[in-house]
Amino acid sequence: MPKITKLLVANRGEIACRIMATCRSMGIETVAVYSDADENSAHVALADEAISIGPAPAKESYLRGGAVIDAARKCGADAIHPGYGFLSESPAFADAVKEAGLIWIGPDSRTIEKMGDKDNARTIAKSAGVPVLAGSSRFALDRLDTLESEAAAIGYPVLVKAAAGGGGIGMRRVDDGTSLRSVVSKTQSMAERSFGDGTVYLERFVPKARHVEVQIFGFGDGTAVHVYDRDCSVQRRFQKVIEEAPAPNLSDAVRSEMQEAAVRLAESVSYSGAGTVEFIYDADRQDFSFLEMNTRIQVEHPVTELVAGIDLVAWQIEQAAGILAPCDQNTIVKTGHAVEARIYAERPEKNFFPSPGRIETLFWPSSRSGLRIDHAVRAGDVITPFYDPMIAKIAASGPDRPSALALLDTALSELVITGLSTNTAFLRRVIRSDAFQRADHTTKIIDDLLVPA
Amino acid sequence: MANGEILAPVSGSVWKIECTEGQAVSEGDTLMILESMKMEIPVEAPVSGTIASLTVKEGDPVEEDAVLGVVTT
Repeated sequence: MPKITKLLVANRGEIACRIMATCRSMGIETVAVYSDADENSAHVALADEAISIGPAPAKESYLRGGAVIDAARKCGADAIHPGYGFLSESPAFADAVKEAGLIWIGPDSRTIEKMGDKDNARTIAKSAGVPVLAGSSRFALDRLDTLESEAAAIGYPVLVKAAAGGGGIGMRRVDDGTSLRSVVSKTQSMAERSFGDGTVYLERFVPKARHVEVQIFGFGDGTAVHVYDRDCSVQRRFQKVIEEAPAPNLSDAVRSEMQEAAVRLAESVSYSGAGTVEFIYDADRQDFSFLEMNTRIQVEHPVTELVAGIDLVAWQIEQAAGILAPCDQNTIVKTGHAVEARIYAERPEKNFFPSPGRIETLFWPSSRSGLRIDHAVRAGDVITPFYDPMIAKIAASGPDRPSALALLDTALSELVITGLSTNTAFLRRVIRSDAFQRADHTTKIIDDLLVPA
Repeated sequence: MANGEILAPVSGSVWKIECTEGQAVSEGDTLMILESMKMEIPVEAPVSGTIASLTVKEGDPVEEDAVLGVVTT
């Protein structure tokens, strides 16, 4: 079996630092790659070695697979961990890593490719007996003959979605047949302009939707386990803001069906490594439907690690090195509850506009049992406009949900970041809201909180 | 007579310019789109009038409150 002694992290920010922390505990040397904008950043400072891979824009640095692989060759790394985002779900990059004789820490490229295509992923889910949301065929620009009949078959309201879209971009709700065609045409031209592909499709609209997901881990031999579920319903601009594990307010029956469905899906593709099966949970019908599968470590994995006592990144590395023994589901035991808040450099009061800038002062919450902070920022660091606005994740765990929420609220009250705007105060407002405290919130919670009283 | 400076609402780079000099615009029209922290930020016409000048081109980095152009009323 190939041994991993030196690992290159093809990422930046908190996830690069988090992966390197696990490497250190495993006795693995770490290599960072960085763009010109990140030359003085924390992930570079923390790595044993650091290699420059290009100018600040991601497509000229962190998205240049060739430059990353050259860096790995140059320093003699034997493995590449992609983190999340950037190249983590690029089948071509996964192939190139293997062709270069390096160990790729992630599922094989064919699995990434299959799950990366929404239609294909849906088909695989269906054949694995995983419920999917009622949906239509795809409508290209000039092929709308069956539009009305398919919408009627799904039942109004329906959601019009751009096939090439993502992250909520290009989604419109339609309540009845009278506006269907005009909304579809508008979405098509928007999609054509933005993505170069005007294809759209329809999906059942879920009025009271929650985003619930299951962490899975596949052993590559056709077996997989779940590491419980998470609720990530608190979102702005379709991006997660607060996540928790386990998902609150689910019946035991729904929870176990969902976990089993996620494991079936992973096993049906002989999944290897960490993955997340995302579902939309319909709070009225109390049922769940497959949304997509993410074939990488997820931003919100700390809440799962806190309740399950597992280092998922260590598992990923051991799995890729071929030294992880498959385990039984009953060896994975959940204790208590964990909740995580993402600290974004943004202005909630100004429609969550980004707020790049220089961090002048920075005080982290005091260290307390159950508290975990994942970050890559120091006082004096410049948060540039080139990358994601997330600057830290603060996660709190406790014996139950109320204690985890209380600890998170306390931690956020102690967090001080000056020099740029952050969403810290807004996060506390969400955590203290009645809807969140009762756990009967939906993905609309932030919009609801922003409506002037 | 209140000419309007088109100001960058946030630091970032100019992703798309959706107007040309001499074009008539109404207050609130999207004139260009900035990209900052992976987000698209629309830049709106501060007043109704005519685009007198544009001082940036696509791809340019801009600081918050930088003048991107002027609309004359």
